[in-house]
Amino acid sequence: MNVDLRILRYDPEPAELTGLPTTQPKPHWVTYKVEADPMDRVLDLLIKVKAEQDGSLSFRRSCGHGICGSDAMLINSRNRLACRIRVDQLGKKISVAPLPGLPVVKDLVVEMSGFFGKYRSVKPYLINDQPEPERERLQSVKDRARYDDTTKCILCAACTTACPSFWARPEYVGPAAIVQAHRFIFDSRDEGAEERLEILADEDGVWRCRTIFNCVDACPRGINITKAILEVSSAIVGRRG
Amino acid sequence: MDYPFDAIVVGAGGAGLWAALELAREGVNTAVLTKLYPTRSHTGTAQGGVCAALGNLEEDRWDWHMFDTVKGGDYLVDQDAAEVLAHEAIETVIELEHMGLPFNRTPDGKIDQRRFGGHTRNFGEAPVRRACFAADRTGHMILQTLYQQCIKHGVKFFDEYQVVDLLFEGGEPAEGGRAAGVVAYRVADGQLHTFRAKAVLMATGGFGRMFRITSNAHSLTGDGVALCYRHGIPLEDMEFFQFHPTGIVGIGILLSEAARGEGGTLLNDKGERFMERYAPKLMELAPRDMVSRAMYQEIRAGRGIGGKDYLYLDVRHLGRKVIEEKLPDITDFARIYQGVEPLKEPVPVQPTAHYAMGGIPTNVFSEVVQDEKGTVVPGLFAAGECACVSVHGANRLGTNSLVDLLVFGRRAGRQMARYAGTVERPRPIADAAEPIRAQLDAIKSRKSTGESVSTIRHELADVMMDNVGVYRDDKLLTAARDKVRELKDRYGAVSIADCSAVFNTDLLEANELGYLLDLAEAMVAGALARTESRGAHSREDFPERDDARWLKHTLAYRGPKGPTLKYKPVSITRFEPKPRTY
Repeated sequence: MNVDLRILRYDPEPAELTGLPTTQPKPHWVTYKVEADPMDRVLDLLIKVKAEQDGSLSFRRSCGHGICGSDAMLINSRNRLACRIRVDQLGKKISVAPLPGLPVVKDLVVEMSGFFGKYRSVKPYLINDQPEPERERLQSVKDRARYDDTTKCILCAACTTACPSFWARPEYVGPAAIVQAHRFIFDSRDEGAEERLEILADEDGVWRCRTIFNCVDACPRGINITKAILEVSSAIVGRRG
Repeated sequence: MDYPFDAIVVGAGGAGLWAALELAREGVNTAVLTKLYPTRSHTGTAQGGVCAALGNLEEDRWDWHMFDTVKGGDYLVDQDAAEVLAHEAIETVIELEHMGLPFNRTPDGKIDQRRFGGHTRNFGEAPVRRACFAADRTGHMILQTLYQQCIKHGVKFFDEYQVVDLLFEGGEPAEGGRAAGVVAYRVADGQLHTFRAKAVLMATGGFGRMFRITSNAHSLTGDGVALCYRHGIPLEDMEFFQFHPTGIVGIGILLSEAARGEGGTLLNDKGERFMERYAPKLMELAPRDMVSRAMYQEIRAGRGIGGKDYLYLDVRHLGRKVIEEKLPDITDFARIYQGVEPLKEPVPVQPTAHYAMGGIPTNVFSEVVQDEKGTVVPGLFAAGECACVSVHGANRLGTNSLVDLLVFGRRAGRQMARYAGTVERPRPIADAAEPIRAQLDAIKSRKSTGESVSTIRHELADVMMDNVGVYRDDKLLTAARDKVRELKDRYGAVSIADCSAVFNTDLLEANELGYLLDLAEAMVAGALARTESRGAHSREDFPERDDARWLKHTLAYRGPKGPTLKYKPVSITRFEPKPRTY
């Protein structure tokens, strides 16, 4: 089948440097006609355009099956991984733009350092100063299941950049960082909940969430992110009470 | 810019991160360079588990694990290294749990374990529960956990810095030179930077992208392996490349062996569990090379599904609970990428290019060695899939890739810390970045010649898949050798569209294609010379293993007219080679 693939292109360098006819000073849409199989993923189409039509198209990709989190982008107005969404799920007209709310580096590539900075800010590592036992620490099946959902996060940024609260206030720590904090706060082996809840009780912490559920809708891993945020909020309230 | 450090880690998968963690704990001034973001590394896609003889569910012993590794590798495994692997697997898995890795748990709260291909009790009697797992995203949890610990310990990361050359002081390695650092291309702006260090670790992963159907990430182009090769370091056992039996048809995405470990079966067009005929004792849990060959035999005999080139993986009988709790991700892959519902239908599968047993030769301290005598390249280390220590020999067992990168990544970090304490930091090297700058500029400035990166890459992937795959013979390999030579010539004229500096992936892909071509050349040369069948290397014109002539490791040195081959002996300590049946 023939697909019209519209891509929001942007090249920050002036045309005399890049030598490319496509270079324009502002982001602009370019439509590519692509022959596609209904089972092709959007990533397959991007690779095809780069190979056959315009080698200067830039995008991130690595594993190609939804685990590495490189290729989150705005596809037909929703944040998704390009390697996980098929042509037959989208139709003959497909539009692809960079993730909203982050500075664009080039074409579909956005600046991720702010996103990872927020991830780091919630102390995303096990905190437990007790002496380590000789063998593994024991954890019941039930305690292990308590935080299972949030261990699935691949830090693709689809949730945070789909969040209207983040768009309105870029300082908001955002759903991805809260998911990562949740993963430890509810791990029975961790003793750092207090420190993390203190960080997330900040004015740019969990209270910015307006339960709009865009994050849940965007998450390629199917994590119930809003639920996780509410559980963290409740823990903060419970701690104050 | 010139960055002075004491240790440089190239690659942020499991091996690189654990090495960095050890260095950070020792207070060594360390930088990790990755061409991706650390959490994008391919370790994250490992699914089924990591083996360690914890014995949490039934009796197990590390020497059984060692034996299975040696036999699984068709006796080409260096047994001193396999002993380290199986023995230290236990403490590394326990340490991962202490770091917070969310392993699945047994009813009494211990780390849960399941069966995996080729892992047995009592030297081959029957399958044993040895693979420790976190659902079917064990690699994801290992990568996350190690990255978390690196953050906790303040490791310095340079994300999206692609290493494009290695630096040596006092001559190249063959002239007695020592590692002095690396040159890296900053993807964000195209600038070249030099990083000086006393100790340099290659942890850049595999190179499955030279094959058409592969489970490997697009980024797995063998960068570190090819850079060592270009600096005169030989590559070991490159002819041994694993094809995993259960890839998604056409695109190669992996469906973990855990599906079979939990009881999934393989069926042919007649609905037969055909593995009965090939490995009556272990059935679907025979090692991967044997299962992949059995699948090819079935397909050739016309028993592929509908007479086509694939078979069925059936997990329907496991029930919804097991599938959703223990195999959620791969069930999801089948749904998305094949439109198949594994709860109700069998899943079409075919072998997919998966793992390089060969690579940069190292000793058990993860030090790079440059000849058959084991002469160390001072300051240069390698660990993980890019290295060949050799614990996988001619065929790797399932989960041992993770065990390898954990055990030898940890050892690399410790040895680097020791070494860094004994030497002075290398002096700045004048014009260190100039040779690679000239190469990259040549690609960028070349006027369009009609030779594109994608055309050469596709032709390479086709010839490697069709001629250097599961079954090989002299005719196929000779044709592959000639084709790779032709492609290397044509690569000399490759041109690209993008001349810009910012996030120029066109240029980087062109550069990576050069690595794949070099490694394909070494692989084909080793395979053509090895006139026997062993592990993953199956010669139809030489169907038997030939210990008298070929119980030895290949070393391929780069040369102007193609690789020169030398050989080195296999370390045999406990287990004399025997016929390999399951």
